[in-house]
Amino acid sequence: MREIDVARVEETVYGLFLSACCEIGDDVLTLLEQRLETEESPFGREVLRQLIENDRLAASRHMPICQDTGMAVIFMEVGQDVHFAGGDVNEAIERGVRRAYHDGCFRASVLTPLTRINTKDNTPAIVHMRIVPGETVTLTAAPKGFGSENMSRLWMLTPSQGIEGVRDCIVETVRLAGGNPCPPVVVGVGIGGTAECAMLMAKHSLTRECGTHSEDPMLAQMETELLARINDLGIGPQGLGGRTTALAVHIEQMPTHIAGLPVAVNMQCHAARHKTATI
Amino acid sequence: MSKRIHAPLVAQELETLRAGDSVLLSGTIYTGRDAAHKRLCALVAEGKPLPSDIRGQVIYYAGPCPAKPGDAIGSCGPTTSYRMDAYAPTLCDLGLIGMIGKGQRSPAVIDAIRRNGGVYFAATGGAGALIAGSVKAARVIAFEDLGTEAIRELQVEDLPLIVAIDSEGGNLYEEGPARYRR
Repeated sequence: MREIDVARVEETVYGLFLSACCEIGDDVLTLLEQRLETEESPFGREVLRQLIENDRLAASRHMPICQDTGMAVIFMEVGQDVHFAGGDVNEAIERGVRRAYHDGCFRASVLTPLTRINTKDNTPAIVHMRIVPGETVTLTAAPKGFGSENMSRLWMLTPSQGIEGVRDCIVETVRLAGGNPCPPVVVGVGIGGTAECAMLMAKHSLTRECGTHSEDPMLAQMETELLARINDLGIGPQGLGGRTTALAVHIEQMPTHIAGLPVAVNMQCHAARHKTATI
Repeated sequence: MSKRIHAPLVAQELETLRAGDSVLLSGTIYTGRDAAHKRLCALVAEGKPLPSDIRGQVIYYAGPCPAKPGDAIGSCGPTTSYRMDAYAPTLCDLGLIGMIGKGQRSPAVIDAIRRNGGVYFAATGGAGALIAGSVKAARVIAFEDLGTEAIRELQVEDLPLIVAIDSEGGNLYEEGPARYRR
């Protein structure tokens, strides 16, 4: 057994969000630069040029890439031999988020859904905790903006619709979203499980290094084919027309019920922010 | 080559703007997004005056980050416009001329733009740090309790925009993707 003080969890969450909201990963920046080389549309090139300039400026000035600093999504893998000491680990996470959003001058974007009263400190965080073997804790901070979140969809397909139906509903989700989710997007897909599990896989797939492929060869091939089909839609950067509608498609799957074929599509804007640390 | 235009917009300038034009906007504009639009339209429905005269003005769909010490504003890119579609025709009919946001508009908003000789500009979504550089001053003028969603008066200089929908019905969100669809 290994003891970890919850203060370390708080500090880690704090540091990850301060970094994630301001510093885009090299994975995304590299894809944007590659697309600037190949994009045919003049508007598309101008948008990509602005995004690259914006991302560099945000990192150098340590200001948010986007004013939508999102809901504070956290994936947490907790080793089963870890014992948290020094207080409630859930509260420690919330403190980390609260302090990061305050100190970073990030936007308080979270409110009670029906009354629309802002919580003023961007809490609560959205925490997905999983117990794994070992005695370490891995935290991934993935602030999620809602321009793209709003364009996400859950499709409860029938088994008869098969793999072709899966492909079609993913492309259709991107087509219906048009310019709204701030393309070029990353398309997160979860296939199988139950309704909520499919969406969680879709969200989790967005924490993968952008543009890398699934280890499953069948899914990796689907990702490549779908990226080509999506970029043939012509939506382009910001929906103004062009060849770059998506930077990547990420798919995860798990077994599902004999009666079902759930497909969740979680849309991610070009500010595909995710930072990971292990304690 | 970008045209330089000034807000509030004047009629001669407006008439020349066509979907697909790149412009650099300077002058005074106002932020407003979901919650502020709801309040503005509630005031209209009650027959009450608006917090400021919107005739001839430009509204920017944006909810900025707090400013760091010494800065005029924090990151300040556009939010997605369709959420304001339910309110925009009412404001256009009261004299609002320009809207800045991102993404496609509803047929009702496009009709309102035509009917009133307005214009809808696209700013680059997710370029909040870059856009903040064009904002020279900001002050809350209404609904301060809404926090980031309060209405702010912004002084902007060379804010880079693209005319997305013009008063003649030109619509870059239709024409652009159609050109590249395979």
